[in-house]
Amino acid sequence: MARLLGPDGRRVGLALLLLAACVLPFLLSSYRTFQLTSALTYAIALVGLNILTGWNGQISLGHGAFYAIGAYVAAILMDRFGVPYWATIPVAGFVCLGAGYLFGLPALRLEGLYLALATFALALATPQLLKWKHLEEWTGGVQGIVILKPDAPFGLPLDQDQWLYFFTLAITVLMFWLARNLLAGRIGRALVAIREQPTAAEAMGVDIAFYKSMTFGVSAMFTGVAGALGAIVIQFVAPDSFTLFLSITLLVGIVVGGLASLSGAIWGALFIQFIPNVADHISKAAPWAIYGLFLIACMYLMPTGVAGLLRAAAARLDRAPPGP
Amino acid sequence: MEAFLHQVLSGLATGSIYAIVALALVMIYQATHLVNFAQGEMAMFSTYLAWTMLDAGFPYWLAFAGTVALSFVLGVAIERIVIRPVEKAPVLAVVIVFIGLLVILNSVAGWIYTYTIKSFPSPFPDRTILGGYVSAHELGVMAVTMGVLALLFLFFRFTPLGLAMRAAAQNPVSSRLVGIRVGWMLALGWGLAAAIGAVAGMLVAPIVFLDPNMMAGILLYGFAAALLGGIDNPAGAVVGGLAVGVLENLSGAYLVGTELKLTVALVLIVGVLLVRPSGLFGRVVVSRV
Amino acid sequence: MRIRTLALPLAAAALLAAQPAAAQKKYSPGATDTEIKVGNVNPYSGPASAYGAIGKAIGAYFAKVNDEGGINGRKINYITLDDGYSPPKAVEQTRRLVEQDQVLLVFQPLGTPSNTAIHKYMNAKKVPQLFVATGATKWGDPKRYPWTMGWQPNYQTEGRIYARYILENKPAAKIAVLYQNDDYGKDYLKGFKDGLGAKASMIVAEASYEVTDPTVDSQMVSLKASGADTFFNITTPKFAAQAIRKAYDIDWKPVQFLNNVSNSVGSVLTPAGLEKSVGLISSYYLKDPTDPQWVKDPAYLDWLAWMKKYNPDANLNDTFNVYGYTAAQTLVQVLKQCGDDLTRENVMRQAANLKKVALPMLLPGITIDTGPDDFYPIEQMQLMRFNGKTWDAFGQPIGG
Repeated sequence: MARLLGPDGRRVGLALLLLAACVLPFLLSSYRTFQLTSALTYAIALVGLNILTGWNGQISLGHGAFYAIGAYVAAILMDRFGVPYWATIPVAGFVCLGAGYLFGLPALRLEGLYLALATFALALATPQLLKWKHLEEWTGGVQGIVILKPDAPFGLPLDQDQWLYFFTLAITVLMFWLARNLLAGRIGRALVAIREQPTAAEAMGVDIAFYKSMTFGVSAMFTGVAGALGAIVIQFVAPDSFTLFLSITLLVGIVVGGLASLSGAIWGALFIQFIPNVADHISKAAPWAIYGLFLIACMYLMPTGVAGLLRAAAARLDRAPPGP
Repeated sequence: MEAFLHQVLSGLATGSIYAIVALALVMIYQATHLVNFAQGEMAMFSTYLAWTMLDAGFPYWLAFAGTVALSFVLGVAIERIVIRPVEKAPVLAVVIVFIGLLVILNSVAGWIYTYTIKSFPSPFPDRTILGGYVSAHELGVMAVTMGVLALLFLFFRFTPLGLAMRAAAQNPVSSRLVGIRVGWMLALGWGLAAAIGAVAGMLVAPIVFLDPNMMAGILLYGFAAALLGGIDNPAGAVVGGLAVGVLENLSGAYLVGTELKLTVALVLIVGVLLVRPSGLFGRVVVSRV
Repeated sequence: MRIRTLALPLAAAALLAAQPAAAQKKYSPGATDTEIKVGNVNPYSGPASAYGAIGKAIGAYFAKVNDEGGINGRKINYITLDDGYSPPKAVEQTRRLVEQDQVLLVFQPLGTPSNTAIHKYMNAKKVPQLFVATGATKWGDPKRYPWTMGWQPNYQTEGRIYARYILENKPAAKIAVLYQNDDYGKDYLKGFKDGLGAKASMIVAEASYEVTDPTVDSQMVSLKASGADTFFNITTPKFAAQAIRKAYDIDWKPVQFLNNVSNSVGSVLTPAGLEKSVGLISSYYLKDPTDPQWVKDPAYLDWLAWMKKYNPDANLNDTFNVYGYTAAQTLVQVLKQCGDDLTRENVMRQAANLKKVALPMLLPGITIDTGPDDFYPIEQMQLMRFNGKTWDAFGQPIGG
C-alpha cells in the first residue's frame, strides 16, 4: 500500500481513516458503537500478540492470560481502591509489562512447540488462579467483579458508549503509534533478525536474551492495556471471560489479519469481533461449524492474512504498467 | 499408604489415556512435523462413528475394526482435501486450519448426536481387580497402549513404508529424489494418526463417557504428555502420559488440593522442559545456519 | 397442554388482568397488535453448548404457541443469540436484542456469569431480564434489581434441603463433598454449609474439579480415603455419572446425595449403571422424562408429542427439553396475564403476580408463586430416592 500511494498518500489515507473513525459513532447506534469499541480493544491486544508472534516469531497460545491480568488490575483498582478508570490503564500496562518480562525469562529456553505448551499452560492456569480461594478477596472468586461504566467528562455532549469509544480510539491510536515507532527502527529489525536467523543475529551483536524477554514484556503490556479497556467496556470481569478460547481467538486474529502487520491487527480484530455473529446468524444448530468454515476459507484464500493479501495486491498494481 | 497407592494406580490408569492420545500426536508429528490440534476432535468423531455402528447392532469387534479402517480413510481424506491446499502456507496458517477443523468437528458432532452423554461399551470384562484399585478396562487400556507403541516402533524401525515416512518428514527434498512419494507419505501419516486416535477414543469413552467435548481436556494432557516425553519419541510419549497422570493425581491429593492441581502439574512440566528443552527423551536438534 | 391444570390460574389471571387495562392497548418497544418480540441468549457454541438445548426447546414451544394462534392474538417473535458462555459476548448480544432488535423482554438468558454481566445493564435500561436460567441466589432481589427475576429453585435452597435432611436423619454423618469449581458448585456448597450451620464440621473432606478434567477418579479416591459415610455429589451430568460409577467400583458405599442438575435417569444414571445408582437421594421439581413412572402421565405424553412435532432433532433423554418447555409455559402465562397492556412495567408486574401456577411438567404439588417481594418463582422441591428403576418420592415438597 505504501508504495502505491507514496508516503504523502499514506498520511492522507491515515488521516481520512481517523476522520471516518471519529464520525462513525455519530452515525451508528450505541450498540454498533459499543461493538466497534470492543473491536478496537481487540486490535490493541492483537498488536501485542503480533509483536511477539509476528515480528519475533515466538508463538503464544496464552495471551488471554495477559488480557485477563490487565482486566483484573483495572477492575480491582476501580472496585477496591476507587481509582478512576483512566488511571487504571497505565497501571495495567505496567503490571503486564512486568508479568510478561518475568514469564519471558524462562520462556527463553523454550522454542516452537515447547513455548506453545508453556504459554498454553499459562492460559489454562489463569482461570484456576483467578478462582483460587486465597486470591478470592481481590478477584471476587467465581463471582467476578462488576464495575461502573464511566460518563463523559467535562460535560461533553457524548453518551457513555460514545465517550468510551473515543477514549478507546485515543488509546488505540497511541498504542499503534508506539508500536510503529518501536518496530520501524533498530528494535524492529533486531526482532525480525532473531525470528529469521537467531545465530546470525547473535553474531552481529543482538542481545537475544534481552530482546526476547523484553519482547514478551512489551507484547504483554499491549495486551494488558487492551484487557483493562475490555473490562471497562464490558463493566464486568469473571474467570469465565478469560478461558483458553480467548487466547486461541487472539491467535486466530493475528493470523487472519496478517502476521507482522499493524494494519493486520485491525482486520483481525474486525474478524474476531464480527464473524462469530455472522456464523450465529447463519446457523443456530452448529454456529461453530460455520465459524470453522470461515477460518479454513480465509486460510485458503489468504494464507498470509488480509494484510498479506492487500500487500500482494498493492505490489501487483505497482508493477503493472500505467493504465490507459 | 493405601490411599497413596490407590492414587498412583488411578493416575497410571488415567495416564494411559493421555499416553495413547499422545501417541497419536507423536504419530502425526513424525509424519508432518506439526501438532494437530484437531486430533482429539477427530478421535471423538471416530468414537461416535463406532457408537453409530454399535447402535445399529454391529458386534463390538466388527464396529471396532470398521471404525479404525474408516478413520484411516477419513484421516487420509482430511489431509488430501483440507490440509493439502495450505501445504505451502506459513505454519501458523496451518494451525488456524487445525483450529477450524476442531471447531467444525465439535459443532457437527453436537448437532448430529446432541450433547447428552452416552455410555460406550468396553471390550474388557466389567469388573475390578487388585482389590478395586484398577478396573479390567483400565488395565486393558494400558495393555493396548503398550501394544500400539510396540507396533509403531516396529513399523517405523523395520518396514520400508515406515522408514519412507520418517524420511519424508525429515527431509522431503532428498526423499523425493530417492523416489519416495512425499505427498502420499503425509496423507498416510494422517491416516495412521486418525486410526490411532480412533482406538484412543474408543478406549477413553468407556471411562469418561461419550460426548462432543470428551476429548477437549484429554487432548490438553496428551499434548503436555507428548512434549514432556519428547514429541519425536513414541516411547517417551507413553512415559510422559503416565507421568502426567500420576503427577496430577499426587499434586491434587497431597500438594495443593484439587483447585490448583492442573496448574501445579503444568508448572512442573514446564519446569522439566526448562531443564530438558526437548523433553525427557527427545532428540536435541542442532540446527546450522 | 392440559386444560385443567391451567384453568384455575388462567381464570385468576383473567380477573387480575381485566382490572387495570381492559380496554386500552399499551405497548413498550417489542410489542404490537400482532407480535411480541422475546429475546434470549444461550450458548450454542463452545464448551457449554449442551445448555443450548434449552434455548432451542423454548423456541420450539413458542412455535407451538404460534401455531395455536399465539397469545391474545399476538405471535411470539423469538430471537435467540449465541454467546458461547462468554460474559463479554453475552453483553454484546443482549445489547443487540435490546437496542437493535428492540425486544420487549429478555427471557431465560443462561448462565450465572453471563447474567451477572448484563444484570446492571438490564436494570438501567428497565428491560425485563425475566426467568434467568441459573440457580444462583442473587436473582431474587426486587429492591435493588426490580427488572430481574429467577425461575428455578436456587442452588443454595437445594443444598439446605439436603443439609436439613442429614441433620434430621443422620446427625453423626461424616460428609464428603465433590463440587465443580465455579459459581454453580460453590453456591451449592454454600447453601449446604449454611444448612448445616454450627455442624458444618460434619464435612470431613471437600474436593473440586475443573470442567477440563477428564475424570474425577482421583478426587473420588481421596474422598473415600477420608472415611466419610455420606457423599454430596455437586457435579454436572458427565462427572456425576463418573462419580457414581467410581464410588461403586472402589467399593465406597456412603449415603449419596446427588444435585438436581444431574439426576436424570436416562442421561446420567443409565450411563453410570442403574444398579450402581440404587439408594441415591436427590430432589426434583420437574418430571424426569426418562423416569418410567411418568410413561402414562398425560402431561408427559403431551410433552412427548410436542417434542416429536416441534423439536425432533433434540434428545428425548435430555432434561433440558423439559426445562425449556416449562420455562416457556411460565412466560406464556405471564404474557397472557398481561392482556393488552404489553408494557415492560406490566410484564414485571404480572411476572411478580403468579399465584399457584401448576404447569404440567412440574411435579405434583409444586407450583409457581411470585409476589412483589418474592422474585423466586419455584421454591419447592421433592426429595426422592432411586430404587434401581425409578425415583420414589418421600415426604412432602419442601422449601429451603
